[in-house]
Amino acid sequence: MSGLALAWAQFRFERRMFWRNPSAAFFNFTLPLLFLVLIASVFGADRKELDVLVPGIAGMAVMATTFTALAFNLTFLREQGILKRVHGTPMPTASYFGGFIGSAVANAVVQVALVLLIGHFAYDLPWPPDWPALVVFTLLGVVCFGALGVAFSHAIPNFDAAAAYTNAVFLPAVFISGVFYSTDKLPAVLTGIAQALPLKHVIDGLSGGIVTGHGIGDHLSALGVILAWTAVGLVLAVRKFRWA
Amino acid sequence: MSGSAIEVSGLRKSYGANEAVRGIAFTVERGEVFGLLGPNGAGKTTTVEILEGYRRRSGGDVRVLGHDPERRERSLRERVGIVLQSSGMYPRATVREALEHFAKLYPRPRDPRETIALVGLDGKEDARVRELSGGQLRRLDLALALVGDPELIFLDEPTTGFDPAARRAAWETIRALRELGKTILLTTHYLDEAQSLADRVAILKDGLIVAEGAPTELVPERSRYSVSYVLRGERFEHVTDDPTTLLNELTTGALARGERLEDLRVGRPSLEEIYLELTAEEAQ
Ligand SMILES: Nc1ncnc2c1ncn2[C@@H]1O[C@H](COP(=O)(O)OP(=O)(O)OP(=O)(O)O)[C@@H](O)[C@H]1O
Ligand SMILES: [Mg+2]
Repeated sequence: MSGLALAWAQFRFERRMFWRNPSAAFFNFTLPLLFLVLIASVFGADRKELDVLVPGIAGMAVMATTFTALAFNLTFLREQGILKRVHGTPMPTASYFGGFIGSAVANAVVQVALVLLIGHFAYDLPWPPDWPALVVFTLLGVVCFGALGVAFSHAIPNFDAAAAYTNAVFLPAVFISGVFYSTDKLPAVLTGIAQALPLKHVIDGLSGGIVTGHGIGDHLSALGVILAWTAVGLVLAVRKFRWA
Repeated sequence: MSGSAIEVSGLRKSYGANEAVRGIAFTVERGEVFGLLGPNGAGKTTTVEILEGYRRRSGGDVRVLGHDPERRERSLRERVGIVLQSSGMYPRATVREALEHFAKLYPRPRDPRETIALVGLDGKEDARVRELSGGQLRRLDLALALVGDPELIFLDEPTTGFDPAARRAAWETIRALRELGKTILLTTHYLDEAQSLADRVAILKDGLIVAEGAPTELVPERSRYSVSYVLRGERFEHVTDDPTTLLNELTTGALARGERLEDLRVGRPSLEEIYLELTAEEAQ
């Protein structure tokens, strides 16, 4: 089989395994949507708050399905000796990771689509005004957080620690990056940190696509920060990679 | 195709200051079953994983089917099957799914169903990996190594954890593979396994080969024969290179004392005896 066909075979295998794992499927699919529905309904969010919440949850979903899921799963695959087994077969590295990361990307894309559908049908939000910005920032977010997730897995000592390590990054990032509320009210130190991290910029870009209609050209600095983190993530992911 | 399946010369491997393999050489011919024996920490896995392309050697030269395994060429990996000392598999996959998926990685795979039967996992096709017992997992390891129909098979302690019947069945599988002309490099702690499967064995100790040859001919320098007998209900055993003199002394002494040496036997020492002698600490 060609490298591409093998990537596709790996992708389908990963999808099948993903749906066999109910708790992972729950955290990936239900949790961000639950947050969206609960916060929007319980706090009776008005349009202004929904305009913050919907791109925020979309950004959070991108990070959860790529950064968190990849760091977590990779730690498992490494600790179990599954990566080592694959490494001993003719499976090309690019095909294996193409399928493995492709599965995470599929989760991210489905997740963002679900957030938009719920926003439109449950909360009467209009359809996104700037599709290119939405698509570009979703994909950039996926690549950036995917690379960072693979890189971060090398810092996790064992699978028992994986949830603690990923959440220690994910939760603070979510709270300071304007997922649930606008960052205007946060102390300057925290907004400063958020500005240096990629999540806030992914959310800003998504907000341009979903809410304000400000296109990619209006988010060049956001683009710069995301690309810089992507470069760092890719270098660390490849350089530090361990099969066992 | 010409040349040996595996050629190793001057192989060294250091982990920091610890030199685990200290300059070893051996050759495995095509179609041969070669056994690597040695106590825990002798360097068996290190050697095998260098041949498999997992670890980088610190020195020496290695050829596997004419390739340098360190370069990890796909064309080589398509011809090699690997059972690692320990490795995992997707716990939620079924046995059938695992084999069908891995079969896709090879140009001319074996039929997954046939492979499942070959290792004795029939009836377990639809069991999840996580539901398999330790011995069944080990059979899955073997099945996954064989599904690509490799020419050369590395088996690092393939039968550890098997019940006696499963071990015999695995031996039959390995013999059947040998009949098909496959080359097999296996490590084991079971000397009867090496004796009954391997055409040749090498005994590794502290990173050096201390003996090499066919299991039946593997006799260290001096101790060539074992002499054993039962005296006053207790079995005694001597290993000697001069059984004539020893027997004369033993029988003369016994006759003089009016005793009988029951069940007197003279034989070549078993592989186990040789192994224990060679790998014993230099204490005595
Ligand atoms: N990855 C590693 N890092 C550091 N030292 C290692 C590593 N792998 C093996 N060693 C050391 O190298 C030596 C040989 O180990 P190896 O695993 O090759 O032995 P072995 O003959 O396979 O033993 P066993 O029968 O217990 O499987 C041991 O002293 C071991 O501690
Ligand atoms: Mg070993």
